[in-house]
Amino acid sequence: MPKFEPVLLARIHTPDSHKLETYQRDGGYQGLRKALDLAPADVTNLVKDSGLRGRGGAGFPCGLKWTFLPKDHPGPIYLCINADESEPGTFNNRYLMEMDPHQLIEGIAIACHAIKSNKAYLYLRFEYGLSYRRLDAAIKECYAAGLLGKNILGKGFDLDIVLHRGAAAYICGEETGLIESLEGKRAWPRIKPPFPAIEGLFRKPTIVNNVETLCCVKQIIDRGKEWFQSIGVKPDPSNPRDAGSYGPKLYTVSGHVNKPCCVELPLGVTARELIDEHAGGVWKGRKAKAVVPGGISMGFLSDKELDTPLDFNGPGKVGCLGLGTAAVVVVDDQTNMVDVLYNCARFFSHESCGQCTPCREGTNWMTRILERIRSGQGSMRDLDLLTEVASSMGIIPGTTICGLSDGAAWPVKNAIQKFRGDFEEYINSARKSVTPYPVGAH
Amino acid sequence: MSALTEELREKIRAEFPKYPNKRAVTLPALHIVHDALRCVSTESIREIAGLLELHPSEVHDTMSFYNFFKDEHHPLGKHRVWFCRSISCMLRGGEELLGQVCEKYNVKPGETSADGKFTLEFAECLGACEGAPCALVDEDCHMSLDVASASKLIDELK
Ligand SMILES: Cc1cc2nc3c(=O)[nH]c(=O)nc-3n(C[C@H](O)[C@H](O)[C@H](O)COP(=O)(O)O)c2cc1C
Ligand code: SF4
Ligand code: FES
Repeated sequence: MPKFEPVLLARIHTPDSHKLETYQRDGGYQGLRKALDLAPADVTNLVKDSGLRGRGGAGFPCGLKWTFLPKDHPGPIYLCINADESEPGTFNNRYLMEMDPHQLIEGIAIACHAIKSNKAYLYLRFEYGLSYRRLDAAIKECYAAGLLGKNILGKGFDLDIVLHRGAAAYICGEETGLIESLEGKRAWPRIKPPFPAIEGLFRKPTIVNNVETLCCVKQIIDRGKEWFQSIGVKPDPSNPRDAGSYGPKLYTVSGHVNKPCCVELPLGVTARELIDEHAGGVWKGRKAKAVVPGGISMGFLSDKELDTPLDFNGPGKVGCLGLGTAAVVVVDDQTNMVDVLYNCARFFSHESCGQCTPCREGTNWMTRILERIRSGQGSMRDLDLLTEVASSMGIIPGTTICGLSDGAAWPVKNAIQKFRGDFEEYINSARKSVTPYPVGAH
Repeated sequence: MSALTEELREKIRAEFPKYPNKRAVTLPALHIVHDALRCVSTESIREIAGLLELHPSEVHDTMSFYNFFKDEHHPLGKHRVWFCRSISCMLRGGEELLGQVCEKYNVKPGETSADGKFTLEFAECLGACEGAPCALVDEDCHMSLDVASASKLIDELK
């Protein structure tokens, strides 16, 4: 296969890639000019026809979501850019914001024109200090150059972008948690419907999109929907509801590999290819035991499932929750899955917002059962108990408000099913693991 | 005497035009105060609420949801150092690293060193997994750390 030429990451090695001057020299903001000459509905249709699906985790068709906004609304309509990127293993939005902030800003402006919004709030996780400084500087450059503010490019379009920093809470990435947090409240996800497109930020129609999704929007305007559809995986003909997996995707590979990386490839690359050809193989000459396909919420692939294509359908076919954020985390064959799963469970119990009982209690109990196993006090019954608790929580069984809970349950279900031997051996041996630092109240 | 200086109040007011209501300035205001005063005291909460035309309990409700903000009983040190404990860092020794730092500086996560120089924290995935294990020092991420390089970072804090 010929080497794939990156598009979203094309500029990251350019010196001063984050500055307006180099961005414009490389043809930047021509896409916005082009989009502003089109009617908003035409831009929406172009994005819809391209088949672009959201990159934030749910894979919802982007253009279709935009059409859910009420017609002829007097406004305001808001765009929220979801830059809370906190799913363990995921760092592609950070690359895009640090290295090419103007690509994102151009995507935001195009999207705002399409949805008739004059105000965009970029919700950035607090920990991304360099992203914050780069975006802040880039936004200022745009105001000075007439690319933001009033009458942009002399085409009668107004847009303000506000950078809003989070406060280190994963749940602010859930779109309605994000909205609540922006409004100045605790980030408790809302019960849907109403969906944000009808009633979102400040009770106005709102679209929430991921950073990478908006960067794709800008590339689709520049290169056309045919270009986008020439990359990736076509819809499965046997599934009439499948929207396909088109376009380039940023994959992040970390954990037990020689060269952890963020790499742009056509959707549908396999986990094996990512590990062997892009991440330098499993470290220390070892083999992979388990691979997270798209952030820990998605569960685990076993070593026999590494040829699964990482498109929107692949991971689901082998029992994972989905493609998620396409963050691949590799666990080598010298590592025990009890410790890995404990780490995942502890994350979710720390990050549950506490609003729904099955999630608040379930994440806590799963962590405590795994602590018991790690302390050498576990029994075989605990494995069934873990599966039972995991099966009872989430949107899928219908017991919680948001998907954090499904994401907490999935690694537990997958690990017990696919790596039961690890758990049994651990329980039967005299093994113990201790967390090597004192853990406080949470 | 008021907790918030006029300068801090001005910074908070400068956020108002960005949002259609003042309540949305809660998080920016908390950040401004927390960063400058190293905690958000009960008096600060009252004064923020006054500026935002909210009840103090509303500001407190939001503040306490995010474990990020410290109250006056647990103020931050001069710097804040977060070590990542999530999966990619854990797989490459992040938890052991945090343990070694705790021991070396005699602090637990959430506590401040005796000289007040830094507050140690564990973090969940910092989004820098390609450089696991990593740590955030104030607003800058440092990657591929071991106990020697991490100690150097801490020792060089001013
Ligand atoms: C617990 C939880 C955390 C999430 N975190 C993020 C996140 O950090 N970034 C993101 O873009 N989407 C995140 N999402 C998905 C968003 O709810 C939403 O689907 C997405 O931002 C929509 O944008 P897209 O259609 O462009 O992907 C999260 C969802 C859940 C349930
Ligand atoms: S599922 Fe969990 S994180 Fe989501 S709203 Fe309910 S308690 Fe909060
Ligand atoms: S797991 Fe530590 S930075 Fe992602």
